[in-house]
Parts: sequence; structure tokens; C-alpha cells
Amino acid sequence: MFFRLVYESFRRQKRRKALAGVAITLGVAVATAMIAVATDVGDKISRELRSYGANLVVTPQEDTLDLQIDGVDLKPPSDGAYLNEADLPKIRGTFWHHNIVGFAPMLPVKVSANGQSLTLLGTYFSKKLTFGKEEFVTGVRITHPWWKVQGAWPDDESQDVLLGESLAAKLALKPGDEIQIGSRPHRVSGILSTGGPEENEVVAPLGLAQQILGKPGTVRRLYVSALTKPEDALARRDPKTMNAELFDRWYCSPYVESIAYQLQEAIPNSHAEQIRQVAQNEGTVLARIKGLMLLLTLAALLASALAVSAAMATAIFERRGEVGLMKALGGGNASIAALFFVEAMLLALIGGLVGFAGGAVLARQIGRSIFAAQITIDPVLLPVILALAVIVTFAGSALAIRRAVKFDPVYALRGEG
Amino acid sequence: MSAVATRRANGQHTSMFLRMLMRAAILRRGRAASALLAMVVAAAAATAMLNLYVDVQAKLRKEFRNYGANVVVVGKDGAALPQAALSTVDAALGGRGLAVPFAYVVARTSDGQSVVVSGTDFGQVRKLDSWWSVTGWPQASRDALVGKRAAAVVNPQAKPFDLSFQGRTLHLNPAGTLSTGAAEDSRIYISLQDFENWTGVQPSTVEIAASGSPDEVNAVISRLTEALPQAEVRPVRQIMEGEARVLGKTRATLLASASLIILTAALCVLSTLMGWVLDRRRDFAIMKALGASERLISSFFAAEAGALGVIGAVVGFVIGVAVAAWIGRVNFHAPVVPRFNVLPWIVAGSVAVALISAVLPMSLLRRVQPAVILRGE
Repeated sequence: MFFRLVYESFRRQKRRKALAGVAITLGVAVATAMIAVATDVGDKISRELRSYGANLVVTPQEDTLDLQIDGVDLKPPSDGAYLNEADLPKIRGTFWHHNIVGFAPMLPVKVSANGQSLTLLGTYFSKKLTFGKEEFVTGVRITHPWWKVQGAWPDDESQDVLLGESLAAKLALKPGDEIQIGSRPHRVSGILSTGGPEENEVVAPLGLAQQILGKPGTVRRLYVSALTKPEDALARRDPKTMNAELFDRWYCSPYVESIAYQLQEAIPNSHAEQIRQVAQNEGTVLARIKGLMLLLTLAALLASALAVSAAMATAIFERRGEVGLMKALGGGNASIAALFFVEAMLLALIGGLVGFAGGAVLARQIGRSIFAAQITIDPVLLPVILALAVIVTFAGSALAIRRAVKFDPVYALRGEG
Repeated sequence: MSAVATRRANGQHTSMFLRMLMRAAILRRGRAASALLAMVVAAAAATAMLNLYVDVQAKLRKEFRNYGANVVVVGKDGAALPQAALSTVDAALGGRGLAVPFAYVVARTSDGQSVVVSGTDFGQVRKLDSWWSVTGWPQASRDALVGKRAAAVVNPQAKPFDLSFQGRTLHLNPAGTLSTGAAEDSRIYISLQDFENWTGVQPSTVEIAASGSPDEVNAVISRLTEALPQAEVRPVRQIMEGEARVLGKTRATLLASASLIILTAALCVLSTLMGWVLDRRRDFAIMKALGASERLISSFFAAEAGALGVIGAVVGFVIGVAVAAWIGRVNFHAPVVPRFNVLPWIVAGSVAVALISAVLPMSLLRRVQPAVILRGE
């Protein structure tokens, strides 16, 4: 009899059930989408923050002091130590290699070009490298996304060069022209705009810079762009003072400090350091955006809970006549309440399932259109969302059910109140 | 006489209309309250979202200014800037930003090593480059801030040391060590006054953190270019592009979330109010049976919905402003200023949703005979 009542209630009151069901579905969909976006937004924004460029720099351990003023290097060219280019692919073998978005080596060389004394900067543009069996591409196009080229990027194996914007204007050269560097002509494949000191330099493939310097396989500096976890108390501790267990935890967290430590391990005779301007601010910006999304999600959850409650209360309030009839026929308060609760639970489960699917689609759409990347939804979220939907629906129904059950059947049946 | 009758009829009419509205709200408190609650929630959500959406940009921009200078002024070909350069820059900024002068020379240590020495304004640098990790800021004259790598070369024991430039020697006390991971690590920083007395060299670089939108920053750049023809003014593309990108994505996410939340709230108001109006089909039928015109009934329900919309919007606005302020305080440690210019939009939106949810069931009910409704079918 109980189940027949529930069944008939759903069969005969399609409009009312649909209204309450739609409210629950919408509420759950928004809650799911917001939770999915909020849990994933940190990861996505952290990737966007990589557009600020490298957050780690690797230098030779025995390097002499830099004599750099406003990007112009005043150091004699023979000075200083070098890193070994052959060691670079080993970065792919470090513990956090998945978090390393890219790296770019730099080798500045003093040259004379078209009769002027200039700096030529050797680097990777988008160089294909292999580590073990794995092939990957890296270079300034990944680590320095604000570098813009008018014309074409040179091939990493070629002898072509890029000219900084101010330098090109001074020499009156444009893409496709030739420039005399040392004793040999090189084709200018493009004009580079960076907003930095590179605008007065020649930028060339690393191989060309090594050839001019006469030191094959050398690199001056290495810029590494890595996804990191915001710094906390553990991150700032000196690894030498940690015990084994703590050290493991530190080593296996993607802090900028532990990634620097692992880079030093991977590249012999090197010193890795965080670029504080980029690395330190990343944490605060990320924390603000994540906090904002978390609070928004809370607000969204609250709003959808209230909306679902209001819809449920309305749905039950409309059925006072039915309650009066059941009571007049001898139905107990408990069994009537149970009937409503079972109905509410069915609605919550159905609405919850549909809403979860809808929310997943919504989150995917948001991820695709804003970040051009998937937002993944943890299946663990489904039972949590369903439980939340049932709880909210129950809470919204409880008061209305109590009032409906307490109401005098005579008044209810007469249609008053 | 007919004029008096008309007036009286109208007068009674109005008071009856108001009485019906009042009684409807009082007699069905529960239903009216739940409809109002839905309205308030929707209006509060919309207010909070709009307030945040407008304000978050400014709040985040402030965070992004921690990345340091977004505009750099340098003398052409390394030449010093004119004496009045700093005051010109300050005037161009108009108080909306920070400008810090830097002067550089290459000096020699007592054992003949070359090192870059920079003169600057420490009070301003501290504000501009908040990421500098410093063990102790220089306080007195002749105090120096020594870069981490320079310290290893110049004074490994952290003792006072001498620097010489063009035959003139300066005795310095190391006040602290500086670590940034960039070129600053190899430099020694002293106060601009010490620097000018010692070398006679004027600042060649002014680093500027201009606050505001990209348009405002570009306006500052063009003002500076005009005011300082002998200098090169250039935007720091790394900082400006990164900021634009992250800010754009955050705003887009916020907009998507906000529209989702507002949409849900509005749809829930729609469903609740429609239920409410449908629930009162008996009133509707009685009014019709007593001879009320369709227009009167429609305007009655519309007035009810409108009143609900206005009250809900105003209460919701207050709550929404409070929620936005709370989010601002918790997350950005600065309150979100309430924007009263969104209030008309919230009221208009609420009234529109309320009217739609009243008119939709009305058109359904209009087709039904009053007798059928009153019989309870």
C-alpha cells in the first residue's frame, strides 16, 4: 500500500513533482559544477601563472659575479664557468619532471655584427630533445611566452638569427635580410620584441653561439619554468636540518625549493635558485584566486540549498488536502511523514543523478571555453553530492511536513488555511 | 454628480485592491514567506556576484602589483636621466603608483674585484619589490645591502669593507644580505645620497609600478614619453601580459560561476512563485465568479508579484552586499565597497522574474471555467 501511494503520487502529480525535481536538479548541477571548478581552478591558474616566465634559474656553482647593468653584461667574455648542455635532458628524469613545464638555456657571447659590438644570446627556441625513450620539446617559446616575433622563429639547427626590435631599427634591417656576424653572413628570420634587454641583442640558436664562442656543449644559465605548490612553513626549512621522514615529505612536495634541490642533483656542479619575483608572488596570487573560488562555491552551495528547500516546502504545502484525507481515513502521523520523506528522497536521488551529470557537462564546458583544458570530475564526488542533495531536500521538507501533519484535517479538507 | 460617483467608485476600488493585497499576504503568511525567501536568496546571490565581479578586478590588480615594476624609464644609451626626472615621473603618476630611482656604477673592492654598486631609495624599494628577501634593511648613512653572491666575494665575514670608484674610496657597513635569485644577488645597494656624494653619478633608471587597468598604464606610458623625451620609456611586457592573462581567465571563471548561480536562483524563484499563484486558483475563480474583470485580476496578481519583487530585491541587496563584503574581508583583507548603482538592476531583474512567474500561470488559468476550479477539479 505504501509503495502504491508513492508510485501513484509520482504518476498523478507529474507537474508538481517536475517543478520540485527541476529545482533539485538545477541546484545539484550548479553545486557540482562549482565544486569541480573550484577544486581544479588552482591547477589551471597555476598553469596560467607560468606566463610570467621561469621561476627557477640554474647557474654554474663556481660562477664569478655578474656585472650586469640594465641587462647589459659588462663581464669580460672569458670570465666565468659553464654548465654542460648534455646534462640538460636529465631534468626529465627528476622526481617532479611532470611539473616542469619547460626550460631554456642561455649563452651570451660578445660579437661584432655589421661593425658594431653586440651581445649574441644563444638559446633553444623549441628544441626537440630526448631523454631515454621519451621525446619532448622545450625552449623560450614555452618559458618566455611574452616574447613576440615578427617574421618567423629560426630553426634550432639552423644558422638563422633573431634581431631585437631596437637593434633592428638601429641597423635598419628587416626579416629576410642578412647580417654580418664575425666574418660570416647570417639570415635574419625575424624581429624579436620582449620589452627587456634582449631588444638590443641578437638572439640565435644555442649551437651557433657555442660555435662563435668556440666552446661546444656549454651553457651559461638555465631558466626553468615549473608548476609549484605555494610555500609553507615546511618549504622554508633547511633540508639539512630535517630528519629522514620529514625530508622525504619535503622532497616529494612540489615546492620551488625542493624542485631547485632536485635540479641541482640532476645537473652536476650547478646551483639552482628560485627567482623570487616570480616564485614568491605566484603563491599569493594563487591563494587569493583559490580562496575566492572556494568562498563562491560556499555561497553557491548555500543558495542552491535554500532554493531546493523553498521548492520542497512549496511542493508539500500544496498537498494539505491529501494529508487531511489520509488522516481522516486513519493514517498515523509517522506513516504520513514517512510517505513524504520517501518521496523527497526519491526526488533527491533522481534530481541528484541528473544534476550531477549536468554539472559535469557544465564544468567541462567552462574548462574548455576558459582554460582550453579539461576539468576532471572525481567520481568520489558523486556519493558526496547525492548525500548532500538528500540532506538538503530532507531539511527543506522537514518543517513543511511537520506543519502539514499537525494541521487539523477538517480545515484542510474544507480548503481553508 | 457623476464625477463624484466615479471618484468614490475609484476610491473604494483602490482601497479594496490594497486590502486584498494586504489580506492575501497576511492570511497566507507561510506561502508568502517562502516565496519572499526565494526572492531574497536570488537577489542576494545576484547582488553579491555583481559586486564581486566589479570589485575583484581592482582587488586582484593590487595583488599583481606585488610583481613589481610594470614600466621602466631608462636614459637613452645608458645615459643618466635629468635631475628632475623623478619628480616628472611622480607628477605623471599622479599618486597612483610607485616610482623608484636606481643609479649604477661598477666599483672595485679592496682586492681588485669588480662589483656593481647601485644607489636607490630603500623606503620605496621595500614597497616596490616586496619579494626581496632581506636580513636587515640599511638604516643609517653608509649602511649597505649586500647581494647574496656579492657577499661571498666582498665580505664573507660580514665585516665593514671598502669600495673604490675612480680613485675615491667609500667605507661601508653591511646592514643585511639580499636574496632574489636574479641579477640583484650580485650587487651592492646603498642609499642614493651616499651614492651621489661618492660617485657624482645620477640615476639612470626609474622603475615604476603604475596601478590601474591596462589603458590607464598605457596612458601613464604615453604621458611619460612626452614628458621625458631624452629617456626611453618601456612597458615590462613580462609583467603586463602575465597579469592580463591571469586576470582575464579569473574574471571569465567568475562570470561563468556568477551567471550559473544567478540563473539557478532565478529559476527557483520562478518555480516557487508559479506554485504559489497556481495554488491560489480558488481565489482567482471566486474573484471571477463575483464578476471581476480579467484585467483587474491580472493587475492584482501582477501588483502582488511586483511588491514581492521589490521587497525581495531590497532585502536581498542588503544581504548580498554583506556577503560580498565578507568575502572581500576574508579573502582580500579589504572590504568590497557596496555599489549602489547595481540596485536598480537587481530590482528590475527581480520584478521581471516575479512578473513572468505570475503571468505564466495566469494565462493557463484564464482558459479554465471558474466553476471547474471551485468544484475542486
